[in-house]
Amino acid sequence: MVIFGTALLAACYLAGVAVGEGIALLIGVKANVGGVGIAMIFLIAAQHFLQKRGLFAVDTAKGVTFWAMMYIPVVVAMASTQNVIVAVKSGPIALISAAGAFAACIFIISAINRIIERAHIASKPLQPLSDDHDPASDLSVAPDHR
Amino acid sequence: MPDLLQKTILDNPLIVAFAFVGLVIWISNQLAHYLTRGRVAGSAFAVLGGLALAYVGGALTGKTKGLADIAQFGGLALMGGAMMRDFTIVATASEVHVDEVKKAGWLGFLALVLGTVVPFIVGVGVAYAYGHRDPVTLTTIGAGAITYIVGPITGAAIGASSDVIALSIATGVVKSIMVMVFTPVFARFMRLNNPQAAMVFGGLAGTVSGVSAGLAATDRRLVPYGALVATFHTGFGCLLGPSILFLAVKALFG
Repeated sequence: MVIFGTALLAACYLAGVAVGEGIALLIGVKANVGGVGIAMIFLIAAQHFLQKRGLFAVDTAKGVTFWAMMYIPVVVAMASTQNVIVAVKSGPIALISAAGAFAACIFIISAINRIIERAHIASKPLQPLSDDHDPASDLSVAPDHR
Repeated sequence: MPDLLQKTILDNPLIVAFAFVGLVIWISNQLAHYLTRGRVAGSAFAVLGGLALAYVGGALTGKTKGLADIAQFGGLALMGGAMMRDFTIVATASEVHVDEVKKAGWLGFLALVLGTVVPFIVGVGVAYAYGHRDPVTLTTIGAGAITYIVGPITGAAIGASSDVIALSIATGVVKSIMVMVFTPVFARFMRLNNPQAAMVFGGLAGTVSGVSAGLAATDRRLVPYGALVATFHTGFGCLLGPSILFLAVKALFG
């Protein structure tokens, strides 16, 4: 059933966020430390565990993939609720330090990624995505393209 | 009749948001298809459109939550809030290939360290250039250049004044929006076309909202890899900001 997938996702999310809060408490930080990342690791592990035992039915998977597909719409909704006004109206310090930080990072990312490409640490580039094709079929195709 | 419509919309905020975002994405896909012949991803247009709408909302209401401050669009705050964002990010982990992550775990950590220290140095440098000499102010603005959450948390921890904290939040918000808008533009330059590169990007660019929207607009399949690392960014920044980074600034300028 679809709800089993969504419930599994919810359980992993809650467990991960709770662990993130725990770590934060432990090291005395006022923000969740990697809760979402830990939740992702839980989900990957749970899926792997269930798949190996043949317990991860197609319907169950749908309860997870639906939410993965909803990711971009949620991001668009998030973009539409940003405080763009404060970003536009902020003084030169905010603008210059943000632009400078981003520019510095772009160059470092570019340098690291060129190095790992040459050193063959990075995987081959993904095949281009076309906008028209069905994203659902893309999921099953992606691993073969690596 | 207008009353009826009004009541229906106001009573069902989340559902209105679903329909509205669907419409925005449909229009964006059409624009991407006909204006750029599909060379620019539809989601890049959609994120830009969302930001433009946020500007309109903010300009009309004078408040801080973009379009969601207009009552009819209130559901966007729930749909695009941190809870739904993080929930759907976790769901994208179902598409992660574990081998790809294992190949670059250490790289992710290196990127995380650089992504915290480099923006901090830039932020402190710019604040210094503008005449600030107080270590607390310098640290708070520098922390804002990491993310807009690290800024206020660091500022509060070391006792910064509220206008400095506001400035550091603004710095973080500007950076996050820049990452959203310019990631697809510089994707080729950053060699952002494989999972390991996405992990490096996630650690260095920081801010979950910037990274997630930027990668979504570049290539949907890279999102989980970038998000996996970026999600540690804020926590890591909050750990270093009020401690090591503040002490370093105090030693230098105190």
